[in-house]
Amino acid sequence: MRNIGKYILMLKDVFTRPNKWRVFFERLLEELNGIGINSLPIVALMSTFIGGVIALQTASNMSSPLLPAYTVGYITQSSTILEFSPTIISLILAGKIGSNIASEIGTMRVTEQIDALEIMGVNSLNFLVLPKITAAIIFFPILVIFSMALSMLGGWISLVVSNLSTTEEYVLGLRAFFDPFNIKYALSKTVVFGFLIVSVSSFYGYYVKGGSLDVGRASTQAVVSSSVTILIANFLLTQMILL
Amino acid sequence: MIEVIKVNKAFSGNTILNDVSANFEKGKVNLIIGQSGQGKSVLAKCMVGLHEVDSGEILYDGRDFTLLDRHERSKIRQEIGMLFQGAALFDSMTVEGNVMFPLIMFTKMTKGEMQKRVDFCLDRVNLKGKNKLFPSECSGGMQKRIGIARAIAMNPKYLFCDEPNSGLDPQTSILIDGLIKDITAEFQMTTIVITHDMNSVIEIGDNILFIYKGQNWWQGNSETIITTDNPEIGNFVYASQFMKDIRASMQEKRR
Repeated sequence: MRNIGKYILMLKDVFTRPNKWRVFFERLLEELNGIGINSLPIVALMSTFIGGVIALQTASNMSSPLLPAYTVGYITQSSTILEFSPTIISLILAGKIGSNIASEIGTMRVTEQIDALEIMGVNSLNFLVLPKITAAIIFFPILVIFSMALSMLGGWISLVVSNLSTTEEYVLGLRAFFDPFNIKYALSKTVVFGFLIVSVSSFYGYYVKGGSLDVGRASTQAVVSSSVTILIANFLLTQMILL
Repeated sequence: MIEVIKVNKAFSGNTILNDVSANFEKGKVNLIIGQSGQGKSVLAKCMVGLHEVDSGEILYDGRDFTLLDRHERSKIRQEIGMLFQGAALFDSMTVEGNVMFPLIMFTKMTKGEMQKRVDFCLDRVNLKGKNKLFPSECSGGMQKRIGIARAIAMNPKYLFCDEPNSGLDPQTSILIDGLIKDITAEFQMTTIVITHDMNSVIEIGDNILFIYKGQNWWQGNSETIITTDNPEIGNFVYASQFMKDIRASMQEKRR
């Protein structure tokens, strides 16, 4: 409970007016590169392969002749849009980005760089964390759309190469019962997950005490806690939005 | 001038500072000395607001820092320069970026004016032409000098130096001490140096505060610290055989 209170107080300091907007935008561009662009390769790799596996597993379980041939495409589309791209990719990014943020800010803390900022009169939380949160909120939806496209592409490649379905059947499945609201739902979840990953990881990094071992511990805690908060938020958001 | 009045600070019921009062004068190098764990760093951190005091006042030219909110403190902090023990340079920035950082954040200088100021500060600490290096490419002594350059970039009224000689060889330590003394006189700053280094105590101690068991045990200067009869000071100053020999020879000369 004490940590939750401390986390909320931290957010109060994060969401204040930046000292200089020009500096904020420069830092935002750096973070868009660090958090967003640098995550593209891992997202592309995971999405393509898992999309392929989803399609293959679905196809291998479609033994009933009563099921239409486009079912494989439909299941790939719906599981990718509703759960895989927003949630699983966010969990993967919690590992990659979360540990990176916690160790970066934690190292700044133990080497007194944060104290140096504070003594200069800079609001260190606002300076360090706000550009990261903004970058995540802007770029996570882009990553997820990218992931959706690539996992469907991965599904198509795996089915066609394995000769389990045709392009026409698969594309028909992807378009079947498509509800644009699901995209909005997925992107809304993603924005929340992006915020949680960055803010929770920053919290663990910012309040680290001690030396390099403690930074390592904070980094692990950041990944675990942001993953748990993603799972809880996923459950709550699904309840609120879909049901 | 900085005045510390009856400052108390405890961590988890463990008293670290007990009614500490002291004056730190403008244009002088004020030293805070004492054994490890006696509260000198805590006092300095309370003075710059990294720790909140439990009670007492800290006056920056009459302005009570302890009563100010974050925004008002930020204004006073722009008048403070601090050199950290490990230099605390921003490792993602070049030497130039580190020195320019406070100017970018708090002034409306043009790029050219900032560049001029950075070059002046680096020149002042004998680091002319090192603008494009990264902190990781610099030696410990250079890092300390970059820290000083960053600390004086905003032309501060108050300069805090936390163990500026730690980890440095004797020659570089003398260089850093000389630099601190010179810039204090040149810019008429109120400089506060936390140190264990006896050479610094003798060379640059215009005003010395000895902290013992969380209290201001003794206050004097580099001359009176040698001659004082205070036993705790004696134990601190003459801890090494080298200093004991110096004391013996001084006593011999007096006779």
